Amino acid sequence: MNLILFPLGWQHYLLGGLFVGAGAALLFVLTGRIGGMSTVFSSSWSYLVQRPFFQQPRFVDSRAWRLVYAAGLILGALIWWLGFAGGAPEATSVPVWQLLVGGFFVGYGARLGNGCTSGHGICGLGSLQWPSLLAVLSFMATAFLTANIAARWLA
Amino acid sequence: MSGAGNKRLARALATLGAGALFGFGLSVSGMIRPEVVLSFLHFQDFGLMLVMGGAVVVVLLSYQLAPRLLRRPLLDDHFHAHPSVWNRDTAVGAALFGLGWGLCGVCPGPAIAGLGAGNFSLLWALAGIALGALVQGLSAKPR
Repeated sequence: MNLILFPLGWQHYLLGGLFVGAGAALLFVLTGRIGGMSTVFSSSWSYLVQRPFFQQPRFVDSRAWRLVYAAGLILGALIWWLGFAGGAPEATSVPVWQLLVGGFFVGYGARLGNGCTSGHGICGLGSLQWPSLLAVLSFMATAFLTANIAARWLA
Repeated sequence: MSGAGNKRLARALATLGAGALFGFGLSVSGMIRPEVVLSFLHFQDFGLMLVMGGAVVVVLLSYQLAPRLLRRPLLDDHFHAHPSVWNRDTAVGAALFGLGWGLCGVCPGPAIAGLGAGNFSLLWALAGIALGALVQGLSAKPR
C-alpha cells in the first residue's frame, strides 16, 4: 500500500485552501453574504428564462452580486496564472464528453441538492450544519465510486 | 455620487475582491486541474482534504466570530444565513453531483476559475453545468 498521502507536497494545498476560505470569509465580513458557487448557475438563468422557478426572489435578488463574485474568481485565477505560474496555458486530458456529461450531472445535482463542494462543503460545514455534512458525505461517496469505476472501464 | 451609490460600489468591489481571493486559492491549490481532483478521488493524493479543511477552518472562524464582534457587516446592514435542509432533493442532488464530479473532476468553482488560467477545455464542463442547472430549474416542482 502506498503511504505517501501527498506525492506533490502539501503546502500549496493548505495555502490554497486558506485563500479560498479567506475569500468566503471576507465576503461574509464585508457584505454578510454566504458565498457558495453553484447558485450562480441558477440565478443567471433568471436573466433569460421567465419561468416562475427562475424568477424566485432568492435568484433575482442575488443574481448581480453572484456574477460579480464569479468574475472575481476568474480575476483571481488570472492573477495567479500571469503573476505566479508563468502564463503557460492550462489544459486537461479529460475527454470532452466526460467534461460535458459530468458537468451536466454536477449542475443538475448541485442545484437539486442546493449546494456543491463550496456551498455544502465549505460554507455549510463552516456554519456547522449537519444536513451539509450529510450532503458532503453523500457526494464524496458517489464521486469515489464513479471515479474508480470510470478509471477501470474507460481507461 | 450619492452615499447609497458609494456603498453599492464598495459592496461590488468587495464581492469582486472576495471572489478573486477564492479563485486565487483554487488556482494555487491546483483545484482548477481536473487531474488533481481525480487523483484525490482515486486515493492517490489527499491534497483536496487539506484545501477543504483549510477553507472550512477559516470560514468557520469568520462565521462564528463576525456576528459576535460586529453588529452588522462592514458594508451592509445584516449577516445572511443559509440554512441547509436534509430531504429527498438534497440526498438525490448530492448523489448526482458526486456522480458527475467523479466523471469529470470539475465542480462549479473551478469550472469558472479555470477560465482565468486559460484552461478553456473547462468551457465544456461549464456548459454542462449551466445546462444541468437549466434542466433542474425547468423540471422543478413549482413551490
